[in-house]
Amino acid sequence: MIPELGQFSLILAFCLSILLGVMPLAGAASGNRLWMSMGRPLSAGLFVFLGICLFILGHAFVTDDFSVRVVAAQSNTLLPMQYKVTALWGGHEGSFLLWTFMLSGWILAVGMFSKSMPVEFVARVLGVLGLLSASYILFMLATSNPFDRMVPVPPADGADLNSALQDIGFIMHPPTLYMGYVGYSVVFAFAIAALLSGRLDAAWARWSRPWANVAWAILTIGIALGSWWAYYELGWGGWWAWDPVENPPLITWLFGTALIHSLAVTEKRRVFKSWTVLLAILAFAGSLLGTFITRSGLLTSVHAFASDPSRGVFILAILGVFVGGALLLYAIRAPLIKSEFGFGSLSREIFLLANNVILVVAAASVFLGTLFPMFYQALTGDLISIGPPYFNIIFVPLMILLVIFLGIGPISRWKKTSGTYLQQQLGKVAAASVLLGVALPLIVLLDISIPATIAVALAVWIVLGIGRDLLAKTANKPSRLQGLRSLTYGYYGMQGAHFGVAVMLVGVALTSYFSSERSILLQTGDTVELGKYEFQFAGSERLAGPNYNANRATVLVTRDGDAVADLYPELRVYLASGTPSTEMAIDPSLWRDLLVIPGEIRDNGAWTMTVYVKPFVRWIWLGAIIMALSATIAATDRRYRKLARVRKQAEDKAGEEVGQGDLQPVPGGGA
Amino acid sequence: MKKFIFYAPIAAFFALAILLWRGLYLDPTELPSVLIDKPMPTFAMATLEGEPVGNADLPDSIFLLNVWGSYCLPCLVEHPTFMRLSEEGEIPVVGVNYRDRKPLALDWLDLNGDPFAYSILDEDGRFGIDLGVYGAPETFLVDSEGVIRYRHVGVLEENVWREVFLPAIAELRGVPAAPASR
Repeated sequence: MIPELGQFSLILAFCLSILLGVMPLAGAASGNRLWMSMGRPLSAGLFVFLGICLFILGHAFVTDDFSVRVVAAQSNTLLPMQYKVTALWGGHEGSFLLWTFMLSGWILAVGMFSKSMPVEFVARVLGVLGLLSASYILFMLATSNPFDRMVPVPPADGADLNSALQDIGFIMHPPTLYMGYVGYSVVFAFAIAALLSGRLDAAWARWSRPWANVAWAILTIGIALGSWWAYYELGWGGWWAWDPVENPPLITWLFGTALIHSLAVTEKRRVFKSWTVLLAILAFAGSLLGTFITRSGLLTSVHAFASDPSRGVFILAILGVFVGGALLLYAIRAPLIKSEFGFGSLSREIFLLANNVILVVAAASVFLGTLFPMFYQALTGDLISIGPPYFNIIFVPLMILLVIFLGIGPISRWKKTSGTYLQQQLGKVAAASVLLGVALPLIVLLDISIPATIAVALAVWIVLGIGRDLLAKTANKPSRLQGLRSLTYGYYGMQGAHFGVAVMLVGVALTSYFSSERSILLQTGDTVELGKYEFQFAGSERLAGPNYNANRATVLVTRDGDAVADLYPELRVYLASGTPSTEMAIDPSLWRDLLVIPGEIRDNGAWTMTVYVKPFVRWIWLGAIIMALSATIAATDRRYRKLARVRKQAEDKAGEEVGQGDLQPVPGGGA
Repeated sequence: MKKFIFYAPIAAFFALAILLWRGLYLDPTELPSVLIDKPMPTFAMATLEGEPVGNADLPDSIFLLNVWGSYCLPCLVEHPTFMRLSEEGEIPVVGVNYRDRKPLALDWLDLNGDPFAYSILDEDGRFGIDLGVYGAPETFLVDSEGVIRYRHVGVLEENVWREVFLPAIAELRGVPAAPASR
């Protein structure tokens, strides 16, 4: 009976979302304020009823109601409680419900934090989001009902959650990723609302910026969590594999990164308007495409949910209606938009344009590389594969170029910057970067490699550039401290995110070029040496987990005779499904990770194991965390909260120099 | 006609949507090879041991080209078949060590035994792209002229060897000129 209540509230949510999609939009078109004002209460209702759906499905998982098909497919009586809850998003139906619920959460937030925006604009935003949620709920009702029953005879026990998903990384990764993905729907809705009203101005950009920043921050964390989870759970110690399903979040992220920079230009300088709108549409298209690829079985991948073309056609239809419709609206409205200010050939606008071009080319190449095998098969019937070499060849040079511009952008000025000024500001920084790029890896790792040198030099370039800019921005103040305090959150957010790029860059390069590994057969008592570390296999024991049996090895790691870590890798067999699983053991630290991945147990009791030393690998995720926190800081810049006043001031003083007061627009704030 | 530029995104999008729609009805697990009945791609690579190797170094007889990696668990499953084939001298097997780390690959051969005449080192997977490899394990049957005759995706166990490869090889040996059936 209870699951039917879930079904019922899903249908109610559908009705509410239809109303939300129709009334405010119709109100905005006809000037009916009553209809427009229905947006907020309807979005609250939608949130509540989708919340009830989620709660009821969660209840079915927790109480082992195997008459519900998804529970029978993804859960099991033996499953520990936390995984029973998270098994909810272990399959297509439940995860899509979560996705839709998150969208309603974003809609509710838009309703709450938009009090200072014009009523008409908010109505349009909520209306577009209402239509989007209606299409998602219809998709669920038509093809992927999470409340489907197993009739007439439910199974006695469930088939169990995939063992790779029984893990803390899985508890956190999908919800975070969805949250970020769905955030781009909001940015998209803002863009559509602006296109509909024909008022694509600096105010629109300012309203969008905090949302674009928050969505970007969450997506960054979501991707980083996925990378971290793959690193320690999927058992191959890799942090990025260019997997066809890893790529769409990256594509969205690249468009999203371009978007937050482009929004900065549009807000401050009122140029690139039509381009910025296009980016907002593209970032959203990337997020829908990610859904499409994962849920249609279009590409074979570790991530893919069960393949079903009818779902694929439905999502493709959603993609066609929303992205196609948006692009049509764009084609009609964009030619009418006028950019108001010109800029010189050496200016911050130009550097941000370079940023945008590079990021969009990168996103397009990842997109092509991901789908090319499918296109090739669609056109010729043959199958080929595109591997990491393609992605690395294209991606790495683009990122190098991007980072070079990243160093110049923040220090350059709007409108016009003189070459001598840049040279004077950055000449020494460039020289120091090259020097330290060569020296640092040598000192820290006693090793040399050209890629690592380039990466460290680029990281130093970013960090010293930030320092130089801070000095320049505080130079005219009575004291440095006072100078630092006069800079806005937007500015600190930008520089913090750039610092995060430097940290990630170091992690990526050093772990790629200085990792070492060995695979070996170890009898009890045997040791294997790797770099400065010695791994000793001290023995193994059997143990029983809550829903699995395991063989656990003890590996003692020493360095120069001093104990470093005791590691316990496991080989598990899950009871319900009988699937084996390897649990690697990691000793993490800021400077290096030590990994032991168990292989198999031979008849004589010896274990095959692969041991890794991965220097600086934590920096990859540390960099992502820094970026995300910084974007959040930028989103809380107080001028977003005092919109009306700022809007007036920005219009009066657009183009003025560096922030002398908190409420004035600051070049590069939050970019 | 600057106005038409703004229609470019939607045109591109619909072209893409049509391809995506086509793609839905394709089965990515159905794997014909681009290279069936075509000669092996030209290559100049190194073996795992560091010796240079090229097309001229391939066996003069019919042989198997097996794509493997130390990370690949199914490769361990098919490994005994290749060990037997090589020990009994039934057919030469050339390995392609695909997207692996060299020290791990050498360790893997040490641990499990080396059935390969030699393994071509393809660390970044470029040779795999030339071959149209989708992922390890894959096995190609190549005739004495160096023409690829058959491609098997996935684990090659004894029953596959008996039921698929032996008939194909017999056909190749019986009527050398006729193209092998897919």
